[in-house]
Amino acid sequence: MSAAIALAFRSVDDDVELVERLRAGDESAFVALVSLYQPRMLRLAEATVGSRAVAEEVTQDTWLAVVRGVERFEGRSSLKTWLFRILLNRARSAAGREQRAGRPDESIVEDRFDKSGAWASPPEPWADQIDDRLLAEHLATRVQELLPDLPDSQRRVVVLRDLEGLPPGEVAGMIGVSDGNQRVLLHRGRARLRQLLAADMGEGAR
Amino acid sequence: MRFWRRRRALVCRQAVALMADYLDGRLAPRDLQRLEHHLAACPHCSEYLAQLRATIDALGHAEPEALTDEALDELVGLYRRWRAEA
Repeated sequence: MSAAIALAFRSVDDDVELVERLRAGDESAFVALVSLYQPRMLRLAEATVGSRAVAEEVTQDTWLAVVRGVERFEGRSSLKTWLFRILLNRARSAAGREQRAGRPDESIVEDRFDKSGAWASPPEPWADQIDDRLLAEHLATRVQELLPDLPDSQRRVVVLRDLEGLPPGEVAGMIGVSDGNQRVLLHRGRARLRQLLAADMGEGAR
Repeated sequence: MRFWRRRRALVCRQAVALMADYLDGRLAPRDLQRLEHHLAACPHCSEYLAQLRATIDALGHAEPEALTDEALDELVGLYRRWRAEA
C-alpha cells in the first residue's frame, strides 16, 4: 500500500496510537511516522524554502523537534496539521538564515481583459483538444512538474490547499497571513498554473 | 435606475476574481447570484472556471516523491543519535 493510500485511510486514533508509541521511545513508531509524513513534509518544505538541500535540513530539524516535543501533541489538531505547523516554523527560521533573495511575488496575474473588463483573449477550450480522460492524466503529470515555477509564497498555499486539502482558515493561520491574503495567493497560484497548462496545450502566448 | 442595474452586472474580470471564494463555497449570496448569472451568459468565464477546476483536480492527484530507503535510513540514524543524547 502506498503511503498516500495509507494516509487516506488513517483515523485520528491511528495517529494517537503512533504518538503514544513514539513517546514510549518505540523506534518502529518513528519509522512509521517518517514513512507516512516525510514525503509530504519534504514537499511542503521545498515549497517554502525553495531549495531541496535546505528543505531536507528543515525536515530533519522538524523530526528532531517532534521527537523532543512529542509530549506537547494534544490531539486537538490532526497530526498532519501539527507536523506542518512545526515544519513551517522551522522553515521560516531557515529561510531567514539563508537570507534568500527569493523570487519576486509579482507573478503575472492573468491580465487578459480589455478596458471594459471583458476577455481580450478568451481561454481556448481544453476539452475539445484531447479526450477527457487523457487530458486529466496529462494534467496531473504536468501540474506537478510546473509547481516549482510558482513563487514560493503561492506554491506553499497551493500545496497546503490543493495538494494537502487543508481548509482556508487553517492554512491562513499556519502561514501567518490574513484570510484575504491566503485567497489572493491561492488564486494567483492556480491562475498561473492554469496559464502554464494552457500554454502547454498550445493556447499560445498571451 | 439604469446606473444601479449596470453596477449589479459583473464584468469578466470581476467574475474571475470571485472564483476562488466560489470554489470554496464562501461567496455571499448576493455575489453568488451575480456570478452564476454571469456564468450562465458567458462561455469564456465558464470555460475558465472549468479549467481552474481541472487544474485543482490535477493538483489533488499530485503524489509526493516516494521516500527512498537511504532517506529513511538517514532519519532513523538521526533518531538513534537523538535518543542516545537525550
